[in-house]
Amino acid sequence: MDLSTLIFYVIVLSLLGISFFKDRKKTVEALLKAWKSFIVLLPPFLTIIFLLGFIVVFIPEKTIALYIGEESGFLGFLISSIVGAITLIPGFVAFPMAKMLLENGAGIAQMAVFISTLMMVGIITAPLEASFFGWKATMGRNLMAYFFSFVVGYGVWLVVNI
Amino acid sequence: MAGGEYLKKLSWKSFQGLYIIGIISILVYFWLPREGLRVYRVVFNNILFMLGIIPPIFILVGLFDVWIPREKVTRHLGDRSGLKGTGISIALGALAAGPLYAAFPIAEVMLRKGTSLRNIFIFIGAWSTMKIPMLLFEIQSLGPRFAISRYAMSFLGVFLIAFFLDKLLVDDEKKNIIEKFQ
Repeated sequence: MDLSTLIFYVIVLSLLGISFFKDRKKTVEALLKAWKSFIVLLPPFLTIIFLLGFIVVFIPEKTIALYIGEESGFLGFLISSIVGAITLIPGFVAFPMAKMLLENGAGIAQMAVFISTLMMVGIITAPLEASFFGWKATMGRNLMAYFFSFVVGYGVWLVVNI
Repeated sequence: MAGGEYLKKLSWKSFQGLYIIGIISILVYFWLPREGLRVYRVVFNNILFMLGIIPPIFILVGLFDVWIPREKVTRHLGDRSGLKGTGISIALGALAAGPLYAAFPIAEVMLRKGTSLRNIFIFIGAWSTMKIPMLLFEIQSLGPRFAISRYAMSFLGVFLIAFFLDKLLVDDEKKNIIEKFQ
């Protein structure tokens, strides 16, 4: 376990201690909610981990690098952004996925675009969003978020490569 | 909205994907034992990595949910809430847990209680991309440089998108959205 993880544990456990000291019932409730969220997330999570295992073992690094690597250019951005905009992967799954793809030849900027579109753009949830805010606001928000994701990709690439 | 409620209940269906891919992995193992073993090794390593990181994140999510009463805060988010309202909108979204579509029902409650549309869009933006528990996890997975620069850029994006969305919608359309919830 690295240092930042350790610090994180210390912070969260202290908060838990304070919470327990102030109100036991609420703390138990919080832990139950934590457990429930974790348990519900577990199956899709394990599925994706398996899927990633297959990708890493069966798709050669060269192929990953060719399509979404540092040198993949416009096509790489297009692929990453479209996959990100369509799919609904929770962050808990998306980050390790991006990490593994990075270790296997994916490009930094492409992964930043992927994560950004994943979080901000929701094609599958657009009808739901429109039922709340109407199509104009929904289209506006998603389109702006889509294009802004490329700016995010460029910014992250700049910072990581300093 | 509580931490677990937005998520679907655990059912047989939740395990479908896992069953299918589990069976495939067994078939692969018998067909190509060397590759199959490598798949299991990658899976095992990743599960270990996750188990080291995940518990405090979910505890944090649970604590946020229990200790931060959302109804109280919605009162401070109206049209005249100014910078304070913007700040609260960001904080509410950033401290939340759950996928983006879980934010819509909450946005509805906030709208109904008088939150301005601009603050709603800021809230949705912050929820989608600025969640603190997610940031901590992102730092651990992808490193501080990647995570923090992405977070900072998104911060800018949330403001820009809310600003232009507010301009894009004419008053009539805004009224329609708000009236729908009254």
